[in-house]
Amino acid sequence: MSISTRLNALWEYANPRKFLATTERVLPVLWLLTAVTLIGGLVWGFFFTPDDYRQGSTVKIIYIHVPSAFLATSAWFMMLITSLVWLIRRHHVSALASRAAAPIGAVMTLIALVTGAIWGQPMWGTWWEWDPRLTSFLVLFLFYLGYMALWEAIEDPDTAADLTSVLCLVGSVFAVLSRYAVYFWNQGLHQGASVLRAGAVAGTDTTEKVSNVYAYPLLLSMAGFFLLFVALVFYRTGTEIRARRIKALLARERVNG
Amino acid sequence: MIALLKRDLVLALRAGGGFGLGLAFFLIVTVLVPFSVGPQSALLGTIAPGVLWLGALLACLLSLDRLLALDWEDGTLDLLATAPLPLESVVTIKALAHWLATGLPLVLAAPVLGVLLNLPGPGFLWMVISLALGTPALSVIGTFGAALTVGLKRGGLLLSLLVLPLYVPTLIYGAEVARRGAEGMTVATPLMMLAGISAAVIALLPFASAAVLRVNLR
Repeated sequence: MSISTRLNALWEYANPRKFLATTERVLPVLWLLTAVTLIGGLVWGFFFTPDDYRQGSTVKIIYIHVPSAFLATSAWFMMLITSLVWLIRRHHVSALASRAAAPIGAVMTLIALVTGAIWGQPMWGTWWEWDPRLTSFLVLFLFYLGYMALWEAIEDPDTAADLTSVLCLVGSVFAVLSRYAVYFWNQGLHQGASVLRAGAVAGTDTTEKVSNVYAYPLLLSMAGFFLLFVALVFYRTGTEIRARRIKALLARERVNG
Repeated sequence: MIALLKRDLVLALRAGGGFGLGLAFFLIVTVLVPFSVGPQSALLGTIAPGVLWLGALLACLLSLDRLLALDWEDGTLDLLATAPLPLESVVTIKALAHWLATGLPLVLAAPVLGVLLNLPGPGFLWMVISLALGTPALSVIGTFGAALTVGLKRGGLLLSLLVLPLYVPTLIYGAEVARRGAEGMTVATPLMMLAGISAAVIALLPFASAAVLRVNLR
């Protein structure tokens, strides 16, 4: 099969029936994998890693803080792509997946902010600091809230999908702008990227990074959070499709009856 | 286009809409700040650029929900959409009218209110320049928010929630220009960023606003 026919085969999943059939087959396996990696990563991280010599046991917040922050941005990125697909190819599953991902992303942002505050209190001596990373996450949270509120406010589903998609596109541009703006505005307490750098794991890159003792369980729990996100999005999209169908059936009933 | 601009401006002036409201709100905020933070003139001078920018932003926000809603209710918007004028021009004119009725008075009032807040001498020029560059962006972004929520009843709260994060970059760079100017520092970098944001927003966002408005008028 050439690449283009493979890519064309991908669009078959835009058919709600096909999407439901496939996700129903995949979901049990996905839930199982999620449970194994998530529980494995968290248990390994919480009970089988040493306390940090300076941070004590608070270092273990990392196993929730970093994965949730990672997914908070990934979820928005996914919504950006699905919104584009909806605007260009008008596949309903795409719009519904975008709608399904928003609350998960918002919760992940909130978890990252809350665990960050709990971690920041003993380490930096403050619950909240107007640090660029913290501020950009607060702005991201506002974007999620606005996006979800707009979905809820509009009755016609296609209009809602169109408007939220445009909002997602415009919002993405402004989210990136805000990120650079807040870095310009204040230099922060938060450390830079210190987990996913290949050179650092191999030892060639010697700037500050998370020790491998913590990094491996962290990577596992990041995978767990990621699988959890994918499973939840599949599940919630399925629910949205069924809810849409029920509405259509009820409407038909009213017309016929 | 000019007829539409004239009509919007006349409506804003005579119907007591955004024009007086935004300016009065700006005045109230700046006059009340010394009562709430205390009359120490050194402190007031330090926070003056930020307070003036925040007041201007909130004054802009206040008049946004009337920007398109009135035309939507009486059906003018449907007529405008079927007129030979492209919808992109319509929303640009609407934003321009909003700026002339709300933003420009704020820019002109800012130096006067700066005196009340003990704004340092070199800050006046930069205060006016930063507001003159930034408030058009606020109007255009606000028009996008108004276009998104135009069909909704009680869209005001949603409008503020949607527009709030979109205002963040403009506010940061604008207030930074005013602050650095007041402290006598060099303002080139934030000034260029502010001008860049305004230019990009004015050039691109009307297309998004028009697209959204078309969906809402469907």
